[in-house]
Amino acid sequence: MPVVSLREALNQAMDEEMERDERVFLMGEEVARYNGAYKVSQGLLSKWGERRIIDTPIAESGFAGVGIGAAMVGLRPIVEFMTWNFSLVAYDQIVNNAAKMYSMSGGQFHVPIVFRGPGGAAHGLAATHSQALEAIYAHVAGLKVVMPSTCKDAKGLLKSAIRDENPVIFIESEVMYGDKGEIPEGEYTIPIGVGEVKKEGKDVTIVSWSKILAHVVWKAVETLEQELGISIEVVDPRTIKPMDYDLIVESVRKTNRVVIVEEGWPFAGVGAQLAFEITARAFDYLDAPVERVTQEDVPLPYAKTLEKASLPNIEKIRRAVKNVLYRNGQE
Amino acid sequence: MTTATAAVSKEAKSGLAGLSKETLLKWYDDMLLVRRFEEKCAQLYGMGKIMGFCHLYNGQEAVSTGSILGAINPDDYVITAYRDHGQAISKGVDPKAIMAELLGKATGTTKGKGGSMHIFSKEHNFLGGHAIVGSHLPLAAGVAFACKYRNEKRICLCFMGDGATNIGDFHEALNLAALWKLPVVYIIENNMYSMGTSVERSSAVEDLSRKAAAYNMRNDIVDGSDVIEVYTKVKAAADHARKTGEPSLLEVRTYRYRGHSMSDPIHGHYRTKEEVEEKRKYDPILLFGERLKKAGLADDGYFEEADKRIKALVDECVEFAENSPEPSVDELWKDVYYGE
Repeated sequence: MPVVSLREALNQAMDEEMERDERVFLMGEEVARYNGAYKVSQGLLSKWGERRIIDTPIAESGFAGVGIGAAMVGLRPIVEFMTWNFSLVAYDQIVNNAAKMYSMSGGQFHVPIVFRGPGGAAHGLAATHSQALEAIYAHVAGLKVVMPSTCKDAKGLLKSAIRDENPVIFIESEVMYGDKGEIPEGEYTIPIGVGEVKKEGKDVTIVSWSKILAHVVWKAVETLEQELGISIEVVDPRTIKPMDYDLIVESVRKTNRVVIVEEGWPFAGVGAQLAFEITARAFDYLDAPVERVTQEDVPLPYAKTLEKASLPNIEKIRRAVKNVLYRNGQE
Repeated sequence: MTTATAAVSKEAKSGLAGLSKETLLKWYDDMLLVRRFEEKCAQLYGMGKIMGFCHLYNGQEAVSTGSILGAINPDDYVITAYRDHGQAISKGVDPKAIMAELLGKATGTTKGKGGSMHIFSKEHNFLGGHAIVGSHLPLAAGVAFACKYRNEKRICLCFMGDGATNIGDFHEALNLAALWKLPVVYIIENNMYSMGTSVERSSAVEDLSRKAAAYNMRNDIVDGSDVIEVYTKVKAAADHARKTGEPSLLEVRTYRYRGHSMSDPIHGHYRTKEEVEEKRKYDPILLFGERLKKAGLADDGYFEEADKRIKALVDECVEFAENSPEPSVDELWKDVYYGE
């Protein structure tokens, strides 16, 4: 299987879908001549031209709205946000227009559009540029939210998102764009709404996604399995909405203990919803209360020490895993 | 017919843009239908049959008729704000379905999901009533973008109130439309007040058409009490968009007789009763009727007949709406995700 970087996987997905469907186009800040702020759209302008690879001014609400309007009358836009932080000035467009149009028009106008770009913290970008916003999008009826953690998933899911008839929030990670991984040869898609057990285990289930899974949880799993002599099952929902509850519940029924690790804030976070569903569906199987590891409930500061202290890390995951095993305070 | 009356008639007709009697009477009927429809809405709102927010179009009829029924083609798109009954009627949407929507019935334009502020009709290329001020302006640019992308000779008319010219989406949308040469005509229906705040109290520039200068956009000021002028100037903008792909911003000066919505007083503290009465002297339907009469195209007999006929049509709308079923509860879960 070929090995590519995450940015190449995403690039291939867009390129292939543009080849497949003439209605697909890409629009956003610096996506064309600059070849993408993070080079995800590298080479697409020279291949597809200015009609389909479109540089926009800094006007997120305006170009998000242009995408939605174009989708209402039959085009299939991919709208890139340079980062999801900037989507907040387009939040009205996404929430009031993209998410509601199909319902509010009584099923007459649907909005097949993908909003994509990197989310979450990178390094030292401070509070306005480091936000994990999946929970506020997943909260809205009418949206789908997709967050891949591997190159293979990213390509297959982005292709599915572009083909989806509904508005899809597709959140990548700036610090993952250079990550390499195997992808299948040739054409493939991965369905939205289907999670995957990334690693089987028997003592504790960890549910996590996107960068936190790729860059933090895997290291924690390796460390903690050795350190605690346990076997950890890792479930990646891949899609935040619709969430593959069945897969997670099945894993929890097997391991009887679960830790949810996410980058977002704790209050009304994705993990809070998951904890409720797990409790409702697998209460009798739980040997310990559901544990969550999240970012601290503060705007993320700039300084290294503070940034590190706020985000999920191995120490926090260790504490949570030991909590569900009732092994804290034993050493 | 004497020579003198023939001369008057010719002069009057020359102010009617060379339009046929049939067309002009159709426009008169359309304006009257909108007026009578809205009057009925006020009544039904008072009876508690229409819920929520309901913004009436009384006084502004020449704008929807002249521009939508008059100036554009049926396959052109129209998108508007929440004061949308008039635009929908002028676009040909069945007033029975609109009334049923207002009463929250399954036979309504959106099966009772949108209500007064969100009338949609795909069949008529009517892309909605939108209730967040200014947020449909980028959508209009997107619709025009799609027309251009597909190399179609279609355009989009986008209506907004004067208040919308102060929100960010107005400026982002106009900039994008001008920058990318998108075939969209933005029409400000300046009825002088955004709810209770007058233009001079909300906009640093009172002459709203001047805002187009920031985007190097073609613009004009239109007398909204004159359906022929509305038609002529919107048609010029629409033809220009179709031919060159370039957008326009038109400021139509108009006036609403009712309060901002049915929950609001007709004048209250922000305008005087005398102002409303003075403005009513320039009623677009009365003025147009006079001109038709002068041109010998309609007489009192016609106006009486039209009024009777249209009142009966509005009664039919109410009857249809009243007798329609309410949406069944299982409808709640439909139309959330397409194809699912």
